Amino acid sequence: MSPSSVATRARSKVRTGDTPEPSRSKAGPARRRRTDGRRWAPLGFLAPFGTLFAVTFVAPICYALYESLYKLHRSGLGLAPPSEVFTGLSNYTDALGDHAFTASIVRVVLIGLVQVPLMLGLALVLALLLDARRTPFKRFFRLGFFLPYAIPGVIGGLMWSFLYQPDVSPIADALGRIGLHVDFTSDGMLPWSVGNMLTWGWTGYNMIVIHSALKAIPGEFTEAAELDGCTGWRLAWHIKIPMVRPALVMTTVFSIIGMAQLYNEPVIMKAVAPNLAGDWTPIMAAQNEVAANNYHAAATRSVILALVIFVLSFGFMRFVNKRGGAQ
Amino acid sequence: MRTTDRAGRAGVIAVLLIAALYSLLPVWWLVVSATKSSSDLFSSNGFWFAGRIELVHNVSTLLGVQDGIFGRWLLNSVLYAVGGAVVATLLSSMAGYVLAKYTFRGREAVFNTVLGAILIPAPLFALPLYLMFSATHVVNTFWAVFVPSVVSPFGVYLARIYAAAAVPDELLEAGRLDGAGEFRIFRSLALRVLQPSLVTIFLFQFVTIWTNYLLPSLMLANDRLQPVTVGLVAWKEQRGQTVPYNLIITGSLLSVVPIVVMFLLLQRYWKAGLTSGSVK
Repeated sequence: MSPSSVATRARSKVRTGDTPEPSRSKAGPARRRRTDGRRWAPLGFLAPFGTLFAVTFVAPICYALYESLYKLHRSGLGLAPPSEVFTGLSNYTDALGDHAFTASIVRVVLIGLVQVPLMLGLALVLALLLDARRTPFKRFFRLGFFLPYAIPGVIGGLMWSFLYQPDVSPIADALGRIGLHVDFTSDGMLPWSVGNMLTWGWTGYNMIVIHSALKAIPGEFTEAAELDGCTGWRLAWHIKIPMVRPALVMTTVFSIIGMAQLYNEPVIMKAVAPNLAGDWTPIMAAQNEVAANNYHAAATRSVILALVIFVLSFGFMRFVNKRGGAQ
Repeated sequence: MRTTDRAGRAGVIAVLLIAALYSLLPVWWLVVSATKSSSDLFSSNGFWFAGRIELVHNVSTLLGVQDGIFGRWLLNSVLYAVGGAVVATLLSSMAGYVLAKYTFRGREAVFNTVLGAILIPAPLFALPLYLMFSATHVVNTFWAVFVPSVVSPFGVYLARIYAAAAVPDELLEAGRLDGAGEFRIFRSLALRVLQPSLVTIFLFQFVTIWTNYLLPSLMLANDRLQPVTVGLVAWKEQRGQTVPYNLIITGSLLSVVPIVVMFLLLQRYWKAGLTSGSVK
């Protein structure tokens, strides 16, 4: 340590000792610089992230909100360039009156109502089994269940699209041999096929989250219960599951959010299922509007979708918190 | 008593095995199929190898297709993911550190905004972002994908948690007493303590960027700029007419390998990130 820094240190020690904070005017230049540094540091540290956050998160939302209030107005003869006209909420009434868009929201909600409980139920059962004391090969099973999460959603989707594709599918092939003829790409099967892609990709992630929560339960709780003869499924039901409630709430909220942004899987599915509509999910519907150069309509649909997600996930959290408070 | 016990145990193992089969069989299919020639892909059993192992041949054909575009896509993915994740880690750790260790007006407001951004997923921002970038003519450039990739609210959230837990106030005070400036303290003291969590933040952002599809597929029409995910899906959409299926499968396998290897090697780091939100 250099002598000067020792000196500074000694001086600062005196200054910042137990004496009450000296008023700013009496502080020497060195001290003023230091407190200024401390005062301005948060701004300096936050600026790079904050600026880019504003550009890539806040600005697009504001821009979408703004665009959603305007419409392109073409003059009668179509000679003059179209101008933007403020139309208030008329884009919103248009979007909510668009049958294909509302149908895409209903479709995703219905898939979610079946897929999310199935996936989380499976994740919970697997997590409990891995947490049970006498389960063998825990490490192997844990890694095995987790592997699909390590595969990028798009690549997982590509993989399943091959596994569903009528002429390649080894699954349809195997089922065909025992007399079951299944077409995973038919209209009726599509929601199930997409739901299965999601379940396959995300069960392992949810299982890890729940399993970590299970491992964090203090040993005294389970031991005391076991001494009282509460073991196996009764132990899981009465002790473990109530204690991992926060993890279950979190995985449910994340699954709802994930459902609302459903895009990759159905888009890839479309490559093997031409019958899958281009506006199958809300984001696909919004993107369709972009492709048709209806930017105002696309912005409106994005805003509606963000609002739906906000209401759903916060609504669920409040609902859970209320019930938790009443107990 | 003992027989029901044993039956229960067998049931447990059966459930675990079926679930493991469900998780692993598709991956197994991918590996096996990447070794097949185009004709074997259609004619042989999907879950077992055909007579000849053509993996090396498939890979070399794949790398030569369309003037080596696949190699270009892999390179693009590496550039977006490594570059983006490095910058994102730096920006997030700075912001998270300040949110954890300084008191200033508006701190909670900033943090709540970041939390809100985590709850509204990135794909929902992608479309408005596209509209905005297309109005400002940024679309179809490297930056249209790179700039959004360096912003990670989840990284800020993780950094704040770690900094609050791992960076003691005494360390900062000692640095200040030594006359170090605030940035110097961050760079040479705080970052060192935070190192393991930086790996976690990097890992998560790397995976997020590498696996992203919606944003680059919206932003990039030029296939020389696209990452590997967008390229492969485009091939698949051509239904095997330009590039045969076995090459798309081989490409999918190749694009997955870096991620799986990273996950397996850095297990303890991703676990740290996955569990940070659920266990209190």
